[in-house]
Amino acid sequence: MLPNEIFEKLRSVYSDQIIELIENHPSDSFITVNASALFEICHSLRDEAFFMFDYLMSLTGMDLGENLGVVYHLYSMQLKHKIVIKAFVPKEQPKVPSVERIWRTADWHEREAYDLIGVNFEGHHNLIRILLPYDWEGYPLRKDYTAPEMYHGMKVS
Amino acid sequence: MGLLNKLDDPYDGGGIILGKVEELLNWGRSKSDWYLHFGLACCAIEFMAMNASHFDFMRFGTIPRTSPRQADFIMVTGTVTFKMADRIKVLYEQMAEPKYVISVGSCSNCGGPYWEHGYHVLKGVDKIIPVDVYIPGCPPRPEAFEEGMMKLQEKISHQAIFNKRKRLGIE
Amino acid sequence: MSEKKRLDLEYSQLDSDRMRLNVGPQHPSTHGVLRLEVEIDGEIVTEVIPHLGYLHRSFEKHCEKMTYPQIIPYIDRMDYISAMNNEWPYVMALEKMLDIKVPEKVEYIRVIVAELNRIANHQIAVATFGLDAGAFTPFLFFFRDREYIIWILEKLSGARLLYNYFRVGGLAGDTYPSFKEECLNVIEKVRKTNAEVMDLLIYNRIFIQRTANVGILTPEVAVNYACSGPVLRGSGLRYDLRKDEPYSIYDRFDFEVPVGKGEVGFVGDCWDRNIVRMQEMEQSCRIIEQALAQMPETGDVKANVPKRIKPPKGEVYMRTENPKGDLGFYIVSNGTDKPERLKARGTSFVNLSVIPEISKGYMFADLILILGSIDIVLGEVDR
Ligand code: SF4
Repeated sequence: MLPNEIFEKLRSVYSDQIIELIENHPSDSFITVNASALFEICHSLRDEAFFMFDYLMSLTGMDLGENLGVVYHLYSMQLKHKIVIKAFVPKEQPKVPSVERIWRTADWHEREAYDLIGVNFEGHHNLIRILLPYDWEGYPLRKDYTAPEMYHGMKVS
Repeated sequence: MGLLNKLDDPYDGGGIILGKVEELLNWGRSKSDWYLHFGLACCAIEFMAMNASHFDFMRFGTIPRTSPRQADFIMVTGTVTFKMADRIKVLYEQMAEPKYVISVGSCSNCGGPYWEHGYHVLKGVDKIIPVDVYIPGCPPRPEAFEEGMMKLQEKISHQAIFNKRKRLGIE
Repeated sequence: MSEKKRLDLEYSQLDSDRMRLNVGPQHPSTHGVLRLEVEIDGEIVTEVIPHLGYLHRSFEKHCEKMTYPQIIPYIDRMDYISAMNNEWPYVMALEKMLDIKVPEKVEYIRVIVAELNRIANHQIAVATFGLDAGAFTPFLFFFRDREYIIWILEKLSGARLLYNYFRVGGLAGDTYPSFKEECLNVIEKVRKTNAEVMDLLIYNRIFIQRTANVGILTPEVAVNYACSGPVLRGSGLRYDLRKDEPYSIYDRFDFEVPVGKGEVGFVGDCWDRNIVRMQEMEQSCRIIEQALAQMPETGDVKANVPKRIKPPKGEVYMRTENPKGDLGFYIVSNGTDKPERLKARGTSFVNLSVIPEISKGYMFADLILILGSIDIVLGEVDR
């Protein structure tokens, strides 16, 4: 299935929860969705017979200035098609439903996005830091991050 | 060290060594160093190659130990991060005296490629433990490992053991 | 602070005969600085909690601060055992963004060095897996042969481990005159050693008893955890990007995709994952032979690339088949010479996440084998 077909199919079910499809060759095309309906959308993307996206390639958190973004790269092992799903949330309230129960691999990806960007995945069973020490402060991949001066008595920079 | 060359000395037909006990002890110490391999990153892979058939690190009399309590020196190979730094310190403290440290690779020397923006990288292992020999490179070539090991042997074989304080002028 | 609280072990909840054991971060057989918190009941593993991040080197932060060509050395340092393979998806992504057509000869050299590096990677993987199972000789054999591969790559790039050889739109340098003969020599050596190791290690009865039926990973679980590479193929799924989604010139070669068949136990056990690696080495040898025969003698090794690499605004996700699985780079460009965001989908990071799932119920000694059979590199897990 091509991205625009997937977009039409999703649109017919979720109407205005699906915001837009952006096609801009040679970039990948992506579909922007409403963060609040993300879980249901992902669920049907995995389970509907014409989608069958059973393989979550990657989950990325992004800092976009005002907003935080979450990007899902999906792939279907059976039907061999791909799609990119994006959702944006405001920085003050970065709440995104967790898709960990749909694709188990999202568990660590979400923890990483929480660790480095600070996206709050709701419904994740154990959302703690994964790469940085558990008592680290701040989210390093945010654009306005400055590293702390000292950590446990050691100079950082 | 040439200790055995002295056996050719013509006292009573040879076979007698006249030397300092200190030299003998240092000779023994420098030729049989057991090490704790603290493999952290890419440099550790190069060190694995160093240990394998082509370069044969064990010909220096070094034997890898997995416990710090049995080790003479610790080989820090790779990037030291803050999460790891405390562990290195603990392991170093567990080693018995006399103990030495070899820091392998730019990362553990000074932060290496990560010195500028590496918010989670300790800029040099010498910030937490004293280092005896630095081996530069990213990763160092096996020849550099050999050179570094020889430098450590040289250092050990020239160390004062008896009357240390007096000879070093501390008092 | 709430994070800390959740981590504190609830010892009161433990049954009296359960024990919590800490493996790593500095442990001779965790293949790097991984820490596993293991709960065991006697000898049986009941729970595994991996703790990562002991080699977190701020890769993604560096990418945002560096220009595009400057990032390539950092990418080498992610999966430092197969650095050539690592660079490939990154330069391919940029070539796609900039719409660059790579010269024919470059494609062939890329395939050859990537497959050579794949062999070197699998040699280390099988060697260390053998070490975990208590076999030291294959380690010496493989490292002896790996050295010959490294010499070829060193002559090409100047470095032994981290090559920095791929460039956007080309390569750092051309091949040297005796390149073909040396590659063919190495292939011969690799095949000879592999035959020996097959007898010595793979079909050794002790080895089979240690690894068969241990750490069984079913295909459904593997896909749900997005495993890839030999871990996924060991479970019997024929999924290889070189075949399924041929990038570069892989559609010109004739090779097979080995999968685990459950020869000595259930499909998807440690032995299967390991045999897939052994067979892949042979397939890589075949690809190299064909590529050497087809490679044009002369030709440019660099396409016409602007001096400053400034991809247009946009984003690309590109993945290739790394020795460990599919490695993806998600590059978001904002039109300047530095990326807005670069996310690396570390293969080992994803493959490792399956550990808690497949190690429950096995002996503690088997846990080390299961970890070894996944073949992780911590540089890629932690980045
Ligand atoms: S010095 Fe270079 S090779 Fe060694 S650990 Fe650091 S980055 Fe890796």
